[in-house]
Amino acid sequence: MDFISDTLASVGLNEFVITLMFVNAILAMSIYLTLYGGMFSLANAGFMAIGSYVSVILTQNHGWPFFPAILAGMVAAGLIAIPIGLPVLRLRDIYLAIATIGFVEITRIMILNFDKIIAEVYTRLNIDTEPPKITNGPLGIIGIPVETKLEYLVGTVIILSYFMIRMHRSRFGRALAAIRQDENVAASQGINVVYYKNVAFILGAMIAGLGGGFSGHLSRIIQPGSYGFGTAVDILAYSVLGGITSWYGPILGGLALTALPEVLRPLKEYTGLINGVVLLIFIAYLPGGLGDPALWRSVRKTFNRLVNFINKGKTADAGA
Amino acid sequence: MRSSNQLLKLRSVAITALVMLGIALVAYELPGILDKKVLNPEQHLTTVIWVGSVYSLFALGYALVFSILGVLNLSHSAVFMWGGYIGVMSVIRYNVPIYYTLPLAMLGGGIIGVLVDLIAFAPLRRRNAPRISQLISSLGASAVLVSLAQLEFGTSPERFPRTTLKELPYEATVARPYSIDWLGAEFRITPLQVSIVFIAFALMLLLQYLVARTKTGKAMRVVAFNQKVAGLLSISVGGIFRLTFFIAGALAGAAGVLYAFAYPSLTPFTGDEMALKGLTVIVLGGLGSIRGAVLGGLLVAAFEVYATAIGYSWLKDALPFAALFLILLFRPQGLLGEATVKRA
Repeated sequence: MDFISDTLASVGLNEFVITLMFVNAILAMSIYLTLYGGMFSLANAGFMAIGSYVSVILTQNHGWPFFPAILAGMVAAGLIAIPIGLPVLRLRDIYLAIATIGFVEITRIMILNFDKIIAEVYTRLNIDTEPPKITNGPLGIIGIPVETKLEYLVGTVIILSYFMIRMHRSRFGRALAAIRQDENVAASQGINVVYYKNVAFILGAMIAGLGGGFSGHLSRIIQPGSYGFGTAVDILAYSVLGGITSWYGPILGGLALTALPEVLRPLKEYTGLINGVVLLIFIAYLPGGLGDPALWRSVRKTFNRLVNFINKGKTADAGA
Repeated sequence: MRSSNQLLKLRSVAITALVMLGIALVAYELPGILDKKVLNPEQHLTTVIWVGSVYSLFALGYALVFSILGVLNLSHSAVFMWGGYIGVMSVIRYNVPIYYTLPLAMLGGGIIGVLVDLIAFAPLRRRNAPRISQLISSLGASAVLVSLAQLEFGTSPERFPRTTLKELPYEATVARPYSIDWLGAEFRITPLQVSIVFIAFALMLLLQYLVARTKTGKAMRVVAFNQKVAGLLSISVGGIFRLTFFIAGALAGAAGVLYAFAYPSLTPFTGDEMALKGLTVIVLGGLGSIRGAVLGGLLVAAFEVYATAIGYSWLKDALPFAALFLILLFRPQGLLGEATVKRA
């Protein structure tokens, strides 16, 4: 084990980075659910922020233990997803994407100014007590003890994977697939489109909230700035680069895209450039993403051919 | 057909007029409503107009690419930032006369736009990749452009040198008071700001003319309607795409230079906030609509200026998104967009 971790650390993947990779894998899985239903929703960064802030505030200000706080963050994200999903999921395509980006940004700005809003409410209601500082504005909450462990994350990914695999063959999964292929036909088959879309959206939000809770207890500091438009698109990039044709694609994408800049770290100022170039090459030459079954089949075929070629060479040598 | 077109035009003019009237009304009524003192409504109105015209100019490129290709080009903001840098750096490094910065930046922005198309969009288009993939690949292009700018120009803010700005005729950077007697309006504005508004609106009118009145514009509209049909009509679809990206890039470059003239701080990350603003602008006005982008730019600027004016500057960024959210829920085609027919 030591050997493996040393080798990984030598290419820039220390334990922190690996933990982060799995957090992002969870986030990537959260968007997979909505994409599987054909919904182009980018709201998950917002739900991640909610999960993160709720769980951190609970552990820091109210002395909750780690796991109940994480679960509370998850539930909070799910609850907020209900009133958001109902109106927004009527939109499709790029319109849904933009509306959810709007949600993400509004969430970020709300968190950023939460203390100001509370203070404003206090003065309007003539409450004399000092308004509490909860989210602490742009500085964020600092000094959060690291409680997220790699084991928890790997466990979560395994549980979620089990859930995803089962989902594909379930009534729920088939309904989502039908909705993705054609909403109107699905509706005419008696599938309750609104219900299934919303359930997928809420479940995705809960997974994102869970990921947010883990990430909040990982980096010692949470700031509203880290949950904006950029994060929303990053989460989408994980799942698209990983491939959205299979359940393991987003996991691979989340792991790979988080590891990439760390592995490229020795390039110093060229890190960002090469990172972008690799992204471009990935998307241009891997149509189905990293987790594309067809890609792996062709890789296996090439590998087999190579092995055969080498073996043939050996027998030829032996014959001679 | 013709009459319905005219009706549409009439409606969009009416909506535009209503919105503008609303902006002006808000400017004058805000102090009364909120019981806060707002200094000089005319001043805010002028700010809305000149900031809004830069936003609109930027958003036009977004809208153009979206209307022809149906994809969001997230690298547009990076081209905008590069346009600004081309302008500023050509003056700082090569002493280029300041009048040439605009055409230079437009040319540079256009070329970068075409390159983005060739690298990030063309390969995906060729194999009919889904729009999500194209979005992500434009994001990759944006990351590459931003880090290239970081490598070349560093991250400290750049600006047009004060001395070159001072050499502009009419002391263009000095704000001077104007008054319109019959309205009783008073405001201060710099000649530079006035020329920014004029340049921006001239470019927008030029684009409107190109798309609506010329043969090339007709070809562009055919491609937007259906690429196969365009091919059958012997329109070079690839050529139209490249032209679209060139024009969009040139507009972004122009907006970048005007932005650099207006704000003395240009960094490789300047584009990032514009990316979101541009998105809001085109959605408010109507995705893919040129007139809509102009209206949307003014609206977003109005939200920002008034939020700051009444002392809620933290609402500055939230208000446009709230408006965007509401628009999408109640009128997804935007203020000036036309509803598309839903097909099963």
